[in-house]
Amino acid sequence: MASRTFTASRLPGFATVAIVVFIALYMPIAMLMIYSFNAGDSIAIWDGFSFQWYERAWENEKVKEVTIRSLVIAGSAATISTVAATMAALATTRKKPFRGQTGIYVAINQPLMVPEIVTAVALLIFFAAIKVATGYQGLGYLILAHSAFCIPFAYLPIRARLEGMDLTLETAAADLYATPWWTFRRVTLPLLAPGIVAGMMLAFVTSLDDVVITLFVKSAGQDTLPTYLLAQIRRQVTGEVNAISTVLLALTVILLTTFFLLTRKRS
Amino acid sequence: MGSDDGFIEIIDVTKAFGPADRRVYALGGVAATIRRGEFFTLLGPSGCGKTTLLRLIAGFELPTSGEIRLDGQEIGHLPPFRRPVNTVFQNYALFPHMTVAQNIGFGLEMLGKPKADIAATVERMLALVKMTDLAGRRTDQLSGGQQQRVALARALAPQPKVLLLDEPLSALDLKLRKEMQVELKRIQLETGITFIFVTHDQEEALTMSDRIAVMSGGKILQIGTPREIYAHPTNRFVADFIGETNFIRARVQGGKAIVGGEVEVPLPAAPAQGEVTLAIRPEHLRLVAKGTAGALTATVGDAVYFGTDSHVHLTLGDGTGIVVRQQTDPDGREGPAPGSVLGVSFPPAAVQVLED
Repeated sequence: MASRTFTASRLPGFATVAIVVFIALYMPIAMLMIYSFNAGDSIAIWDGFSFQWYERAWENEKVKEVTIRSLVIAGSAATISTVAATMAALATTRKKPFRGQTGIYVAINQPLMVPEIVTAVALLIFFAAIKVATGYQGLGYLILAHSAFCIPFAYLPIRARLEGMDLTLETAAADLYATPWWTFRRVTLPLLAPGIVAGMMLAFVTSLDDVVITLFVKSAGQDTLPTYLLAQIRRQVTGEVNAISTVLLALTVILLTTFFLLTRKRS
Repeated sequence: MGSDDGFIEIIDVTKAFGPADRRVYALGGVAATIRRGEFFTLLGPSGCGKTTLLRLIAGFELPTSGEIRLDGQEIGHLPPFRRPVNTVFQNYALFPHMTVAQNIGFGLEMLGKPKADIAATVERMLALVKMTDLAGRRTDQLSGGQQQRVALARALAPQPKVLLLDEPLSALDLKLRKEMQVELKRIQLETGITFIFVTHDQEEALTMSDRIAVMSGGKILQIGTPREIYAHPTNRFVADFIGETNFIRARVQGGKAIVGGEVEVPLPAAPAQGEVTLAIRPEHLRLVAKGTAGALTATVGDAVYFGTDSHVHLTLGDGTGIVVRQQTDPDGREGPAPGSVLGVSFPPAAVQVLED
């Protein structure tokens, strides 16, 4: 059958290109995972199977410290950004369109468009001023910075969920004597929950692997897992880095798979 | 009816949408009085304002001007959750994250009723709509007809003073719709609740309603019982929208209408002079021999056979097309031959004089 529609998969060399792309994407990750189980010290010569790098990483106090810090930051930032994103999504879908709504939409999604390095430098200068003024040196700066750039990641799935929701359900709740607060509690929020969880996971993962902004904003001794790994690699590359990366990868895959399952349209 | 007259009073209600310089009136000055326990239907084509009027009574929209009174109290400005009025939505709007029983109990729960009372009422409502077996089901596992019943039970459970139904049967297939029409009427009689029913289906309106308000262009054109609306339409739109009608122009002279310069029809209340439009239902016209006294002369066109009866299309002398409904002859005889010239007679009582 002669089809008039353009089908990319019929172009000559399509299969070859596809295979090369997949190898380029997944080969390095596969190598990283394989060598995390290497018995030898090299990250290029296979010496047999062992869990030694996982054990070493597990026993490394420094690794524990930066992991906990990463989780604290990601957890806090995900929570803050999800609450903010939920409110923003409600305001941009449930109110009548107002003047400047597009502008607000752009402002919310700004971290997706502005180069990360710009945000990082801006935050560095801004926080430096606050540090001088207040003397506060804690994790708050990192949590705040991460919350800010995580908002669009939480916002998009929540907004998508809200837009797909049947508005007559809220009308029906109001008709059945539910005040606006109870309508939100009993109808909107439960139906929105999958979107909120999905948004939170996406925000969590985004915060967890951030390097650029963290490097600029962190004070001394505030390494997170990614900045710690970066520092390690500068000195000497060991299988420990592979092992930590593999665990991080596994965690991310689990979260993103859950995200996918939650946002998939129910048939 | 006596003191029950005026249970719901809609007083000069208008509803406009859009900014002040480009206002669009969905309702332009509507007045109606609905009695307690009545099955009242708002009938009209889409865009006539019937759903807007329903939403104003429910509180989903606020009137631009005018008043809505329920049982003597002005409710037009109240939010929906403070009105003792419940709605059955066109798409049912069942809560997908709740079971059938939870859906039905939602209104009572929001009113803060004790748990035992809620459970008892939910039981009664499930029995009323014959859904007792499916109390624990999720609503997305129900058929359209079952969802319809749950929506009805959910709206009735808080015992509203008025139940509003927004084209609730339009999503059902014909057979189910007929069943639900009977069901709705039964439930209305059993509960005694005032129903306000919105539909564009004239047959549905005629079979179910105590009274009908025919709407068009944001106005109520006529309010009356199904019989009054069908037999005595006061308006060309009403006559045309409800059932089929022949419109014949006539000249008025001395209290009589003269049709085609040949037939005189006595009019009970007619203007002294001028032109009027007469409406005559096809089933009230009879084919007679040409030249019969009081009959119009017409040329037969084609006939459409429907089984129980057939519609014969004819043309009057001035070119006006009319339709005569004839019951199928038990002997199986054919209708009149196309092209033949016949007389068309009608009893004077069957003639309606319309305001244009």
